[in-house]
Amino acid sequence: MAVTEAPKIVTSRLGYDDSHTLERYLATGGYEGLRKALTMTPEAVAHEVDTASLLGRGGAGFPAGRKWAMLRKNDVTYLVVNGDESEPATFKDHLLVERDPHQLIEGVLIAAYALQVTRVFIFIRGEFALGLERVQAALNEAYGHGAVGADIFGSGFSVDVVVHPGAGAYICGEETALLESLEGKRGFPRIKPPFFPAAIGLYGEPTVVNNVETMSNLPWIVLNGGAAFAALGEGRSTGTRLFALAGHVNNPGVYELEMVKTTFNDLINAPVLGGGIPHGRALKAFIPGGVSAPWFGPDQIDLPLGQDEVGAAGSMLGSGSIVVMDDHTCAVRAAWRITKFFSRESCGQCTPCREGSGWLEKIMERIETGHGREEDLDLLLDACDNIAPGLTWPPQQTTICVLGPSIPSSIGSAIRMFRDEFLVHVKEGGCPYE
Amino acid sequence: MSDTSTPVGLPRRAGHLPAPAPSHLSGEILERARQLIALYPEPRSALIPLCHLAQEQDGWLTPEAMVDIAGLVGVTPTEVLGTASFYDMLHTEPVGTHVVAVCTNIACLLGGAAELLEHAEHSLGINAGGTTADGIITLEEAECLADCDRPPCVQVNHRFVGAQTAESFDRLMAELRSGERSGEIPPHGTLNRVVRTTGLGADPERVAAERAAMARAQAERAAAAEAAKTATTDGASKAGA
Repeated sequence: MAVTEAPKIVTSRLGYDDSHTLERYLATGGYEGLRKALTMTPEAVAHEVDTASLLGRGGAGFPAGRKWAMLRKNDVTYLVVNGDESEPATFKDHLLVERDPHQLIEGVLIAAYALQVTRVFIFIRGEFALGLERVQAALNEAYGHGAVGADIFGSGFSVDVVVHPGAGAYICGEETALLESLEGKRGFPRIKPPFFPAAIGLYGEPTVVNNVETMSNLPWIVLNGGAAFAALGEGRSTGTRLFALAGHVNNPGVYELEMVKTTFNDLINAPVLGGGIPHGRALKAFIPGGVSAPWFGPDQIDLPLGQDEVGAAGSMLGSGSIVVMDDHTCAVRAAWRITKFFSRESCGQCTPCREGSGWLEKIMERIETGHGREEDLDLLLDACDNIAPGLTWPPQQTTICVLGPSIPSSIGSAIRMFRDEFLVHVKEGGCPYE
Repeated sequence: MSDTSTPVGLPRRAGHLPAPAPSHLSGEILERARQLIALYPEPRSALIPLCHLAQEQDGWLTPEAMVDIAGLVGVTPTEVLGTASFYDMLHTEPVGTHVVAVCTNIACLLGGAAELLEHAEHSLGINAGGTTADGIITLEEAECLADCDRPPCVQVNHRFVGAQTAESFDRLMAELRSGERSGEIPPHGTLNRVVRTTGLGADPERVAAERAAMARAQAERAAAAEAAKTATTDGASKAGA
């Protein structure tokens, strides 16, 4: 079955044109989860989230409840919401901030109450001008409604929420780079372990950083109980999840699906989902979880959309974005473009990433444009090995953050799956697809 | 030497911070800047939002604005530049009134973005990164803008304009030049037009007034909905009879 009967947890309002307004939000059960949470103890709210075993939806998939439990006890603590969605082909948070900002805010308030945090920063990608406006407008409405600010809903709990615009840097989606950026600095990731934001975060104070989609799940979890959420999906992958489907499919878009119960085949080909590949073409390869993930071929299309299942198969579900490439796609060109992205977005702190990404991009470019040499394949793999020794999955790390070790994913996949195609580029002195 | 009205000698603050000079940023922008700074435990956190504000005034981040921002958040202008230069959206060189970004990352590449960018370069007569001679349009090759189900994705001044073909792109450029789209797409630099109206530090009376207005509006809407329902029921029973 392609689509289960699972409820729409975070996309229930998207059928309405005015889904971003307080009026529509209240008419569809909005802020009831927050009202309920405020009648519970903060510990009981956190317990529900733990029971739900909600995995973080930003890319790393770390359990939100455990992240919360790690927050160091302190007089001052912060909650920072990561809305810097920049992983190529990932466009689910874009949808949530523009189309259902109140749901995000309600989730944020529930988290703030559970964590007893009184200062929240919602970091939204700068390129989301409309998203920034929608979230600020929703916050203004929520203040007026008494849902945020001093003594919310008469509970005695007060919290202030600030919308903070990013300024265009992929690396700021990495949580410690995001904190640096929020402190008004260049987005350089911080060295870790042993010090994580839960111990030393924003301004050196304990900080929880959670993704937009993670937060947006909280109203439903509080209203329906963590157990109801955990009953959906399978194993560690509980609940539903947003999958952003892009590339060569008839119906690209964001789909909320029950975890594990749906396969990549369903997502790509089911008429009510991706609707198959256009022009009757065949599948060449697909990227299962953002461009940091190794590629899969047609033989892996029946894998379920589950975090552990995809991990065991040698890639990751990552940010939940799936890119489909048909058999007219040049694998060299696709991998080159992804490498160029990493080269542009490397923050430059660590040599393997800064220099390696540039080398790799130039070598990929010369192969694609017909100036490559056969030994370039070994050179590519050697440079990749210097960034992520052994080219294992998950990758070994020589750098402060995971951007560097993500670079070999696409090149390694392209060489492993389509080595002949590289050789044709070299022998024919150009791209056979042009 | 008792006349203190005229600043004399060294700047009052130690270090290399500039003296409070005639401001480049307008009074209105300065006022909004001070409101933004008040939102953060540390003034420096407002550095990037203030750079956006400066771009709202000038279209790009001028050295004069950087001096003002440095003074406002308590760092040197060098630190403002050193931070701003990290970020793609902060332009330390002049750009056109409209910054047109064409994404060519993987999802858009598969959807014809490279061809669209090539068309845009020819049609505008500039390379990506350049600005038209009339100073109206700057063309950029962008990384993924998270609108991947509408490839190739184009933004104007960070507003999404949907998938574009060569023809629709040329039409869009003409509309930008004629000002037809100016209501929907403000000039480059204006990011968030919704001003924060309230917060923990807000005047309690104003919050109370807002809440009362909200409650009244809700009651009115509920009454209207009730009336509409009654009318429908009446209609239905009449029809039934």
